[in-house]
Amino acid sequence: MSTVLDTTRVPVVDVIVMGAGPAGAEAALTATAQGLTVMLFDEQPQAGGQVWRAPAGGFPGKADADAAAGDGLRARIEASSIRVAFGHRVWSVVRQVAADPAAPRFRVDAVGPGGNLSAQARFLVVATGAHERVVPFPGWTLPGVMGLAAATILLKSHGIAPGRRVVLAGCGPLLVAVAAGLVGAGVEVCAIADLARPWDWLARLPAVLGRPVLAARGGAWTVRALRSSARLLPGHNVLRAEGNKTLERVVLGPVDHDGRAQPGPTHAFDVDALIVGHGLTTACEVTRILRAAHRFSRLYGGWIPEVDQDFETTVPGLFAIGDGAGVRGQQLASLAGKRVGLTLQARVGAVSAGWAEVATEAIDRQMARARPFSDAMSGLMAQRVGQVASIAPETIVCRCEDLTRAEIDAAVDQCAGSIDQLKHLTRCGMGPCQGRYCGDTVQELMATRLAKPREGIGQWTGRPPLRPVSLAEVMGAFAYDDIPIPKPAPL
Amino acid sequence: MTVPLFFVPSGTVRVTVDGQECSLPEGMMLAPALMSLGYRSLRESPRAGAPRGAFCLMGACQECVIHVDGTLRQACMTPVQEDMQIELRGPR
Repeated sequence: MSTVLDTTRVPVVDVIVMGAGPAGAEAALTATAQGLTVMLFDEQPQAGGQVWRAPAGGFPGKADADAAAGDGLRARIEASSIRVAFGHRVWSVVRQVAADPAAPRFRVDAVGPGGNLSAQARFLVVATGAHERVVPFPGWTLPGVMGLAAATILLKSHGIAPGRRVVLAGCGPLLVAVAAGLVGAGVEVCAIADLARPWDWLARLPAVLGRPVLAARGGAWTVRALRSSARLLPGHNVLRAEGNKTLERVVLGPVDHDGRAQPGPTHAFDVDALIVGHGLTTACEVTRILRAAHRFSRLYGGWIPEVDQDFETTVPGLFAIGDGAGVRGQQLASLAGKRVGLTLQARVGAVSAGWAEVATEAIDRQMARARPFSDAMSGLMAQRVGQVASIAPETIVCRCEDLTRAEIDAAVDQCAGSIDQLKHLTRCGMGPCQGRYCGDTVQELMATRLAKPREGIGQWTGRPPLRPVSLAEVMGAFAYDDIPIPKPAPL
Repeated sequence: MTVPLFFVPSGTVRVTVDGQECSLPEGMMLAPALMSLGYRSLRESPRAGAPRGAFCLMGACQECVIHVDGTLRQACMTPVQEDMQIELRGPR
């Protein structure tokens, strides 16, 4: 078996969708409803993305609105003719040049429990979601410090508490949601530090009240958090985390509206877990590796692919939707997925262009109604420049390579003028996380130091593999006799 | 410090962690399963040798990469199976 080397046997479908969260799953379901052949990849074992993540490993799950929505989505996928490749890690995405416009333009290679899986398609929909942003502070690499999204996964998917005594810190709706979840689960929450102040939330009340269902949910979370014994500290952030081998103590202190540390009384708590998140950043590595054009949007989580009204990027046939194309939340992600599915139906001629236009206009109106709420939440989660500026010189910024801010500043002062040059000089972004957890911070540090816009610093050049994979997995099982040997060139 | 589970696992299996025998809930991902026994530090960072543990739990940050049966695996994406030989020594 030499499936890796034999390109003739790679299956061809109409559409490949990467990411089975709300956006990707909806795109796949809509496209397949009109008979398009669709292959849906996700590295997690089940669909749902992070927001509707399925319970795993024997945990029956907790019955709530997210669980119901996720179960509904998974049931629809089960009943559809989508070819699913869950538990598969896509490591390569290639654009294929062909004269025939109907020829497959994209090839995707993944590894999964059963070995290699490859596919080719005319259209590629990227719905790869977001990562958590944690702006560095001393001690953030200690075991016991983890993201807000990580705590959500532990609570909702694995059925385990992130710690016995915890402090929560960060910003945005996820902070409130995790606080309510932990309090509800009976975990001792010592303190909740919000970068925002009550006024920042109140100013967004008109937009929030425009979505009564979501507003009611957020209100219930807030009430539960307020009723707990947790110390509420608005306008505060983590000053440092301390501990010998694991986290033992968290110190919180006041910050200004931009997250900049301010003089004032500090608060220390002895805890075994610190749950912290400062918003979300886009996972746009697929559109980056395919050299689509991107622009920087502080509101929507950083670098986002440029798309037209159909969510098509500057690479023909490549679509980008969901939080990976700009952090806007589940409602807009689901709608964008449905819209792309309709566009693809029309592109292959499964429905008339006129019908698709009417259907997409209806979705556009729904999206317009969802946008004020989404923008209000994005505003609370956007990167705060002052917070990044407050990072102390000895603080580790790149976790993989243990690089401090002082080392990054020194490389910038030496000659690094772009993010790729910084990588060459320091190895920043070269570790196994591939710059996912330091990129947003490092780019901002460089932009500030060089007094350049973020566009002038750029993104790291996209390179395969998209995720670390072992060579053994990629090679698979093969016999040397199976390797096709090309005929020698004539003498 | 151990961390409480919110459910009773249907079954546990024997594994070894750095040579020590222990039992973990079968099918649970390794990172939360190890947390439940109090294993917080999963490896040391290659440059500073500082302790590291699970951070993102969604397969992106690579902080929970450990040796399972001699192969590097992400503890947050690898389900517990019988007789797993787990080593918390990090990539070398």
